[in-house]
Amino acid sequence: MATSVLSIRNLHVTFATPLGELQAVRGLDFDISPGELMGVVGESGSGKSVTFLAAMGLLPPRAKVTGSVMLDGEELIGANHRRLRSVRGRLMSMIFQDPLSALNPVHRVGNQISEMLQAHQKITNKDAAIRSVELLDLVGIPQPSDRALQYPHEFSGGMRQRVVIAMAIANNPKVLIADEPTTALDVTVQAQILEVIQRVQEKFGTAVVLITHDLGVIARVASRVNVMYAGRNVEEGVVDSLFDHSSHPYTRGLLNSLPRMGVERLEPIKGFPPNMLNPPAGCGFSPRCQFSQPQCDVGLPELRAFGDLQTACIRVDEIFSAGALKL
Amino acid sequence: MSEPLLQVDQLVKNFEIRALRGARKVKRLVQAVSGVSFTVDKGHTLGIVGESGSGKTTVGRLIMQLLSQTSGSVTFDGRDLSTLRVEEMRLLRRRMQIVFQDPFASLDPKMTVGASIGEPLVVQKEPGNHAERVTELLELVGLSADCSRRFPHEFSGGQRQRVGIARALALNPSLIVLDEPVSALDVSIQAGVVNLFSDLQKRLGMSYVFIAHDLSVVRHIADRVAVMYLGKIMEIGPKDVVYEHPTHPYTVALLSAVPVPNPTVERSRHRIMLEGDVPSPVDPPSGCRFRTRCWKAAEICAQQEPALVLRETGQLSACHFPE
Repeated sequence: MATSVLSIRNLHVTFATPLGELQAVRGLDFDISPGELMGVVGESGSGKSVTFLAAMGLLPPRAKVTGSVMLDGEELIGANHRRLRSVRGRLMSMIFQDPLSALNPVHRVGNQISEMLQAHQKITNKDAAIRSVELLDLVGIPQPSDRALQYPHEFSGGMRQRVVIAMAIANNPKVLIADEPTTALDVTVQAQILEVIQRVQEKFGTAVVLITHDLGVIARVASRVNVMYAGRNVEEGVVDSLFDHSSHPYTRGLLNSLPRMGVERLEPIKGFPPNMLNPPAGCGFSPRCQFSQPQCDVGLPELRAFGDLQTACIRVDEIFSAGALKL
Repeated sequence: MSEPLLQVDQLVKNFEIRALRGARKVKRLVQAVSGVSFTVDKGHTLGIVGESGSGKTTVGRLIMQLLSQTSGSVTFDGRDLSTLRVEEMRLLRRRMQIVFQDPFASLDPKMTVGASIGEPLVVQKEPGNHAERVTELLELVGLSADCSRRFPHEFSGGQRQRVGIARALALNPSLIVLDEPVSALDVSIQAGVVNLFSDLQKRLGMSYVFIAHDLSVVRHIADRVAVMYLGKIMEIGPKDVVYEHPTHPYTVALLSAVPVPNPTVERSRHRIMLEGDVPSPVDPPSGCRFRTRCWKAAEICAQQEPALVLRETGQLSACHFPE
């Protein structure tokens, strides 16, 4: 797609471990348009974080990354360190679950934001300080000019995450990657942070990749969703369609396992995720799938259109025509 | 009505901490639990929800007497636990058990799973064949009997949590305190463990105190729900009443903050955005503890602490201006 601001093609990430090669990401495609808020869901070990760490060039050297990551027409895989440093924080920023580890405990938060500005722009100390206060105000920190002079330990968890967001958007990046930004926060604070992220996206037209395991969070803020399992995309589409009539058995299973009104008994997905040291040869979900047939274990299923969704299930037409899953 | 299995009355727990004020060290009190009362009937489940710092975990530990209360009482099956001698308490522990959040930390990595599950039997000098009982327990929680010779690292998170549950069941307790038992698990695994709790309760008839921050899981499993905030119960009652007709502004705000996995519902919902964070339990607000974040707060809220009052819909809530 020509309109994507970030486009990932056939991404593979493997880690060399003493037990063999761990295949964290196995041929992943991903696109996000400018100003879009894309949700990425998956359970632990599905490769959702690793994918975007690879895109940012933040994986350790023992990780082998192949494929293509195009950011605004520029290839990032294989780019040199200098180039990546210039991209990170300017064109693409990332925030994480734990804001405290992203902040330097011995520097005032205002100075940390200024540093981010001065790393990428020619700007005087004074102007950077003024801009830092503006950014703190933008992310909803009260008394920003006083708070800019404080240290990270003087902020609460929710306020720290706001500071980290202020740093991440300081240079008005095209893409903001938020990796479980609210997982460590209480629900009332989570609601505030999600609002800040949405405000940033609307105000600056930033494309936001929101990585989470919480389908409720996705339903609240995302416009499109990408479901990952065992290092691959299994389903992708507009948020309403995906929640209304998901077609991949894994997405269905995930939605059915949530507690909801009027359901007496939950429906867990049987079994557990595959060991990525030795992933299944075919569809990664096949060992847990109630519709699995021998042909599912031959070759990796690709995403293809099914209704208004993209689904990586070779049996999706059969399953639906048999009425096993209702549209 | 028959006597409740567990009765918690005006429970208070303060922790003393040493804080720095300038260069001086001063003693401060963290008021973790400040006058909490509730009952749990036989075979029933009380859910306790609240944000971090609400004191819900401390309540769980006080019930188990893993911490001793500053004041108030915990009465289990008609006996006030604080009056018991150590040996009496030890014997009573077989009837009350606890399952913790982290299934990685709560199992000894150097003990086989079978030895972990059998340990309560050894400690309580249970007669009979322990190995048989361990096999029975493993099957009860949906694990195969040959698991007993394996070590915790060979199990996934969901399986380890099942081992923890099997251990808690070993002595046929009448009460199990479940402290965030599924929050470390992925959703697809979590559903299986939640089902297990329901099945076990149906089969064995024990009571649960289910402590969690996830409101949808609590709604699924509990009969009654208590909503805690800064060491106090804000609202308590039958779960459907509390979830469908909340009368305390905090419950209303909490419910509206929880994202629902349905985009259509999410878009049409009226959301109440609470400002700021939970205040510090070292220095809680005067009067109603929620008033600093409440949109209804008036003068009286700062001066007078609201008592838990029975509302028309059937729950108790502590608010001067109920919904």
